[in-house]
Amino acid sequence: MAETATAEKVAKKKEKPAPRIEVIDEFCKGCNICVDICPTNVLEMKPDPTRWVGAVVVVTRPEACTRCMLCEIHCPDFAIKVY
Amino acid sequence: MAFNYEYYLRMDKMPHMWCPGCGIGIVVKAMLRAIDKMGWSKDDVAVVSGIGCTSRTPGYVDFNTLHTTHGRALTFATGLKLARPDKHVIVISGDGDAAAIGGNHFLHACRRNIDLTLIVVNNYIYGMTGGQASPTTPFGARASTAPYGAVDSPLDISRVAIAAGASYVARGTVAQGFMLEKFIYNGFKHKGFAVIEAMSTCPIQYGRRNKLSDPVQLLKWVKEHGVPAKKAEKMSPEELEGKFITGELHNQERVEYTEEYELVRQRAQEAAGAR
Ligand SMILES: Cc1ncc(C[n+]2csc(CCOP(=O)(O)OP(=O)(O)O)c2C)c(N)n1
Ligand code: SF4
Ligand code: SF4
Repeated sequence: MAETATAEKVAKKKEKPAPRIEVIDEFCKGCNICVDICPTNVLEMKPDPTRWVGAVVVVTRPEACTRCMLCEIHCPDFAIKVY
Repeated sequence: MAFNYEYYLRMDKMPHMWCPGCGIGIVVKAMLRAIDKMGWSKDDVAVVSGIGCTSRTPGYVDFNTLHTTHGRALTFATGLKLARPDKHVIVISGDGDAAAIGGNHFLHACRRNIDLTLIVVNNYIYGMTGGQASPTTPFGARASTAPYGAVDSPLDISRVAIAAGASYVARGTVAQGFMLEKFIYNGFKHKGFAVIEAMSTCPIQYGRRNKLSDPVQLLKWVKEHGVPAKKAEKMSPEELEGKFITGELHNQERVEYTEEYELVRQRAQEAAGAR
């Protein structure tokens, strides 16, 4: 019984699509909170002279995302979403 | 899975006016998730504020909203709740709004135990008007009105709320968004006056004057200065100097104001009928 439940869990986990992180560029103010808070270093702040803050958050390692949601929860600007 | 903040925001007013790294947005997000968890219809929620950066919140959220005068949010909210006790009335205030100009209203709302939820975004400063010291500015911290360091001791908003009679009091930080959401949610569920103090960040007006202008460093400062209630029990007053205690600090069942007021109304009507 217990074994079946674990097997089911593993199967379910496999079904889940890979995490996708969306940065809403028009809302991001480049505060760096998300970059710092991510435990698996998924995000990076890259210079971008076309942006009014001079930088933009880039999702460099999406595969490392564990969907902990810390970046989304702590972005003060409603600018980052984890799907 | 990503939360649908857009459903609760007035998207035509976004992006908001808060500075890069300002903690207010983190508190507003926690509030929106807690509202969603309650399953309340947007039409049944009212968000009321006074004046200040924090008090700009009603402009961005898609509920019944009321942006009132500085320090008076609780008085407007009290009137609203008495007229429409079926609505869920939430007040969001800065530390100046709630504890300086609005300090007296704050005491009496606590004493009445009226069924409102007050979220205080405590950023230790008057953000909107240029960084004047507020009642919660830490001892020795710099402000535009205290360029050589504040000499007044800060007011502990949560302790004052408990002493004055608020029946649910919790304190969290913007560095711990999940916890903040939980406290706000529990405050919503509570029947009576609930105060949630969110220790927040103002990198511009507070941070810049106190070597904490980097939002990430200021967020860490807030986190490091919070001490969970259980841990605080084992610490000496000296060790707790300059720190703030976090957690659900008070939860009590007590007579609620709108219910008692309804009884008064009934007694008055009976007396009038008897005449
Ligand atoms: C009656 C009155 N007095 C003073 C002011 C000026 N004033 C506007 S906001 C504010 C303080 C804001 O500080 P706080 O409540 O802590 O909110 P924050 O901006 O930090 O979120 C003051 C003194 C006012 N608008 N009305
Ligand atoms: S936390 Fe939000 S506003 Fe700050 S850098 Fe990240 S996406 Fe941008
Ligand atoms: S002045 Fe301070 S409180 Fe106001 S929006 Fe800027 S960082 Fe936030």
